[in-house]
Amino acid sequence: MSTTTETGPADTATQGFGGVQARSGAALNAPRIAIKNLDFFYGDNRALKAIDFNIPDRQVTGMIGPSGCGKSTLLRVLNRMYSLYPGQRATGEAMLDGMNIVAPDADLNALRAKIGMVFQKPTPFPMTIFDNIAFGIRLHEKLSKAQMDERVEWALTRAAIWNEVKDRLDASALGLSGGQQQRLCIARTIAVRPEVILFDEPTSALDPISTLKIEELIDELKRDFTIVIVTHNMQQAARCADQVAFFYLGELIEVSAAAAMFTAPKHPKTQEYITGRFG
Amino acid sequence: MSQAATASPPAPARTARGAGNTGDIIFEWACRGAGVLVLILLGAIIVELFIAGLPAFRAFGVGFVWSTEWDPVQEVFGAGVSIYGTIVTAVLSVLLAVPLAFGVAFYLTELAPPWLRRPVGTAVELLAAVPSIIYGMWGFFVIVPAFATYIQPTLIDTLGELPAIGFLFQGAPFGTGIFTASFILAIMILPFIAATMRDVFEQVPPVYKESAYGLGATTWEVMRGVVIPYTRVSVVGGIMLGLGRALGETMAVTFVIGNANRITGSLFGPGNTIASLVALEFGESETGSLKLSSLLALGFILFVLSFIVLATSRYLLRSRLKA
Amino acid sequence: MSSITLSAGAVPGPRKDPEVALRLGRRRKTTDVVIRMLCVIATLIGLIFLASILATLFYRGFEAMNLRVFTHNMAPPGSEGGLLNAIVGSLIQATLGTAIGTPIGMLVGTYLAEYARGSRLGDVVRFVSDILLSAPSILIGLFVYQILVLPFGGFSGWAGVVALAIIVIPVVVRTTEDMLTLIPNTLREAVIGLGSPKWKMIVFVCWKSAMSGIITGILLAVARVAGETAPLLFTSLGNNAWSTDLTKPMSSLPLAIYAFAGSPFEDWIALAWAGALLITLSVLLLNILARTLLRGRK
Repeated sequence: MSTTTETGPADTATQGFGGVQARSGAALNAPRIAIKNLDFFYGDNRALKAIDFNIPDRQVTGMIGPSGCGKSTLLRVLNRMYSLYPGQRATGEAMLDGMNIVAPDADLNALRAKIGMVFQKPTPFPMTIFDNIAFGIRLHEKLSKAQMDERVEWALTRAAIWNEVKDRLDASALGLSGGQQQRLCIARTIAVRPEVILFDEPTSALDPISTLKIEELIDELKRDFTIVIVTHNMQQAARCADQVAFFYLGELIEVSAAAAMFTAPKHPKTQEYITGRFG
Repeated sequence: MSQAATASPPAPARTARGAGNTGDIIFEWACRGAGVLVLILLGAIIVELFIAGLPAFRAFGVGFVWSTEWDPVQEVFGAGVSIYGTIVTAVLSVLLAVPLAFGVAFYLTELAPPWLRRPVGTAVELLAAVPSIIYGMWGFFVIVPAFATYIQPTLIDTLGELPAIGFLFQGAPFGTGIFTASFILAIMILPFIAATMRDVFEQVPPVYKESAYGLGATTWEVMRGVVIPYTRVSVVGGIMLGLGRALGETMAVTFVIGNANRITGSLFGPGNTIASLVALEFGESETGSLKLSSLLALGFILFVLSFIVLATSRYLLRSRLKA
Repeated sequence: MSSITLSAGAVPGPRKDPEVALRLGRRRKTTDVVIRMLCVIATLIGLIFLASILATLFYRGFEAMNLRVFTHNMAPPGSEGGLLNAIVGSLIQATLGTAIGTPIGMLVGTYLAEYARGSRLGDVVRFVSDILLSAPSILIGLFVYQILVLPFGGFSGWAGVVALAIIVIPVVVRTTEDMLTLIPNTLREAVIGLGSPKWKMIVFVCWKSAMSGIITGILLAVARVAGETAPLLFTSLGNNAWSTDLTKPMSSLPLAIYAFAGSPFEDWIALAWAGALLITLSVLLLNILARTLLRGRK
């Protein structure tokens, strides 16, 4: 990634530590997900410790921190992906629409329909482009053929890939380029109309041009979706996020509006990290 | 030498020790020779069986393949019945085994608690280790009586009454026959198909499954929507492997198929397969007789059948072999 | 670039209806549960088959098991015979068959892993070996009949040994190649870097570090041939009398079981069960031993 942000989507920028420019601090919206006293365990190993913060509605929350700090773990808590694996459990509260996400009796399929996820590597299913998008929709809705066509087109358009694939919807999704595949996965996620979209380092496997497209897309999507993005890339956090949370060794060290975080970090660890002294 | 040894990359030994070079040459040729021996072996099996079956092919022409005659007194022989029996029992056993094998593989990869996976997986694989003749005895002394008293009468009274397919389930409940042979074969090939399916299911990267779960899919929907499409080719390869194994099974089939050289419409009727016919009749054939040649010709046909199926299986499984 | 960010607009399709989603969700969950249960049942069926086979063997085998089985030769019905000659015949033929097949199999496996990676001939050899692994064993019996029994004047222990050796080869090839492929190339480079000839590297380093895996393959091969019946029918034929002469027809446990189980005599059938128990126990134990070895390695 280039370190310049001239082409970034941020409308205004503030000079921060280490040359990082953050979007100027618009006020944070009301919370969409309220996390309270959340712990997470891999077996006996406590990987998240008493996490407390809010994820604002229709804004982008960036989660940063060195490898193994727990940011990806938290992401996987928010859509209960960890429930696939025995020995992993979470305690505490993460409230979405009056429902505790980590409650043992939560309806996981309904929850995951509300909280979509985009992964580090593109994960196109081995089927046509159309069926990739329709796969998730068919799980939750009964649509007529015409409605389905419309919905698929809508999702692909919102994911800024419609023009590239509209003539080959029946072709295998595996034939797309890496960047296209990732946008296809985003389209697949928004097609089920989630409320929240989780991005787990969505651009780390992509080239700079594709990365830029994804970032623009995220900026565009936040009008309708609440977005949480885990990233290793400070510039990316600065360009995309409205709120930034810094994790270290399983603890939430600091969370604040992006502009504040990059211009005036409160905690010395945060400052060390964003100026690149470790990580 | 000492300088060459410390330098990297290692200079391909210009050593003074000719012994190493000679040893290398001998060893490499021994290995390659053994490899070529395997090729010769397969070639020799095909050629020998063909040559030995030639008198039968000459006497009966191509018609040997579909003629249903098998008359040692008149010395008229045909492969029709046993080829029919071989294919029907093998295909039927695959139809019975595939759903079971899929269930086992699905259970072992996605459903079973981790501490149960290894013991259950091992138990299923041990089914493959039980010798064929043991299946034969078990089938003859346990399954045949059970079929004769319980299963077949029930099926005859229910499915046998159905229009169109009823004839498949009619006749006397002897316990032996095509259906019983297929049933035993199904158990024998179950572990092969299940093991292949499990292995390829496990090779699906977890992140693909997570993507589907992330859309709100259930375990079954992830299996149907992602895992099966992802592994389709290898799964078919595993099924073909099972089919190939079923075609040539001898001892188990010999015990339970009823050994009659006729084609009956009912699945409960007796029949034979190439392998069972060869196993039974070989001892009663004189050296140099047309009957013996016919049996060897049957062997050749069985070889060709198995070869086609197994080669297809291996071709379909090649991506898995590479992984 | 920003031109692609079309206005969001209304989402096409019916509005989100929690009722519909809930009903659909319930049906999907029911399907999921039903299929999970079917899978559990399928697995149980598989296990029940194994249990039934073992239970039958133990029940009828132990009933018939006594010292005489190991001390007397096969004898006519009603005359208190045992299975001694069959057991000894099986041991001789399985041991010799493995002893002949193993070195050939190891060399082929070594060729495939160390010399023929990516080569055309190697691909063909691998393919043919895999076909032999699953080919009907009765055909191997017919083949050996043609090349050894017919030309050399009759059925013999040696013919049986050769048939079993042919069955051993592909089993050993498979595991040898698999195990050698697991060895990291850096190890090979390290040895070659010391100036060792390649054959020494293979024999003293690669074979050595793959040894437990190769032994696993050999155990599996022994287990496989110990229970083989069909290839022996036309080669070593079987023999009711005591014989350790490999040039004469020789008995073996599977052949004895085959001969006795199909007979109408109670005492022969009982002996067949005793033999069946013996052979199955040995085969399963060999398999479990092989698995344990392999697990210790990983």
